[in-house]
Amino acid sequence: MIYADNAATTRMSRAAIDAMVTCMNENYGNPSSLYEYGQKAKELLEDARARVAACLGCQPAEVTFTSGGSEADNQAIITAAHLGARKGKKHIISTAFEHHAVLHTLDKLKKEEGFEVTLLDVHSSGLITPGQVEEAIRDDTCLVTVMYANNEIGTIQPIPEIGAVCRGRGVLFHTDAVQAAGHIHINMTEQNIDMLSLSAHKFHGPKGVGVLCAKKGIRLESLISGGAQERGKRAGTENLPGILGLAAALEEACGSIDTYTEKMTALRDRLIDGLDRIPYGELNGDREHRLPGNVNFCFEGIEGESLLLLLDDKGICASSGSACTSGSLDPSHVLLAIGRPHEVAHGSLRLSLGEDFTEEDVDYIIKSVEDVVTYLRGMSPFWRDLTVGKRPHVFAE
Amino acid sequence: MALYSEKVMDHFRNPRNVGVIEDANGVGEVGNPVCGDIMKIYLKIDDDEAKTVSDVKFETFGCGSAIASSSMATELIKGRPLSEVLTLTNKAVTEALDGLPAHKLHCSVLAEEAIKLAVKDYYDRMGIPYDASEFPSEEDEQGGHCMA
Repeated sequence: MIYADNAATTRMSRAAIDAMVTCMNENYGNPSSLYEYGQKAKELLEDARARVAACLGCQPAEVTFTSGGSEADNQAIITAAHLGARKGKKHIISTAFEHHAVLHTLDKLKKEEGFEVTLLDVHSSGLITPGQVEEAIRDDTCLVTVMYANNEIGTIQPIPEIGAVCRGRGVLFHTDAVQAAGHIHINMTEQNIDMLSLSAHKFHGPKGVGVLCAKKGIRLESLISGGAQERGKRAGTENLPGILGLAAALEEACGSIDTYTEKMTALRDRLIDGLDRIPYGELNGDREHRLPGNVNFCFEGIEGESLLLLLDDKGICASSGSACTSGSLDPSHVLLAIGRPHEVAHGSLRLSLGEDFTEEDVDYIIKSVEDVVTYLRGMSPFWRDLTVGKRPHVFAE
Repeated sequence: MALYSEKVMDHFRNPRNVGVIEDANGVGEVGNPVCGDIMKIYLKIDDDEAKTVSDVKFETFGCGSAIASSSMATELIKGRPLSEVLTLTNKAVTEALDGLPAHKLHCSVLAEEAIKLAVKDYYDRMGIPYDASEFPSEEDEQGGHCMA
């Protein structure tokens, strides 16, 4: 099996598994308990917090553990919105291609609490500019939230520059770094980030645990009522094994970003070059400002789900932004946001590579995708219409 | 549990009757690229008393269940008299496939409608009168709303 869906989730690293198993075997204490066994758990928790902070360029007290990226996104946005509302500021800026954890939270604030939301248009390259943010900021803007790297097309936004704009205008800046953390260098202090969300399972940690970092002075609003865990910002007994797994995975990932980037970029570019040879297909998102392991293509005349099923038969795990894979009517909002027409967005393929990939794997994927696309086009009346000129092509050959 | 039944996967992996009939005397097409599925059915209907469908082919742009539904539907009508072909329902296609996930049932509807439109096209070509209300309208099918 070739697992090319690392943007969906990753295989846990040995270090993360060991950290979790050791914790489960040796310390099941509750960090809130007074006796020494509980306090030992507390020590492990605070040690993990410090290590996470060191990876992200923030202070340990600024790190709050959550159940994952979605919870962190929800909490960051709701916190900033309510802090703003108290000062009469009820305008939020985001982008059209955020993760649904962000978009649906914003929708809720709009519908239930009367917030105004500006979703910035995304350029066809899959990027937004600091200038767009600057222009959209108003006197009543309380939050700018822009994802660090897009989960489908992997484009990396100019986060430090957007952060500088926000700082200059006194507006809180949050970034959903779920796809970026552990894959590219992040430093909240140097990159002007006020709040940041991440999720452990995207960098070889366990599922069900994430982090919300919020700079000192931002009083996080607790979404869960209960005990005083996480300094009152997140009730519920801490998921200590998960948190230790997260810290181990993040440390390992952040410690090898440079070698990872070098290796993955070469493999990614080999894959892009190979898939680019398939006629009437195009890479989605900017080629340069993109996650080291992300490849996303649209192919005319075919539908993504059938492409995935046939790749699965060839032992390749991938994903698609086609409506059929999600069970919805519309294809990926990300592909639509960068201006891909519906008929092309249905024929998309995301391949997200992992560290264990080889050039042979990449070449096998290229050959397989080529074969499957050709086969499916051979039975597609849409493709026939394109080839005889009955419908116009979207892409150049 | 797998997304699809073994039957669906079999018809998806080894679709029956894929292709074009150059001298078809009935052709029906439903769906549109915006919705992500198009089915095209080609019929060769004999001039015998029963109007037997002696050959049928399909082309499909769509997901796994769209391809499997087309394949199964063509199998169900091949060699059948027109009177039987017209009684084909999407339910029969779904059942023959051992079921489809709820959000994929529209694929079997597309297959039924593509076949009906091909028969309608045959009637039009032959000048055979029919009750238009018993057939889907081509306008609905090609410019209509996406179904899920």
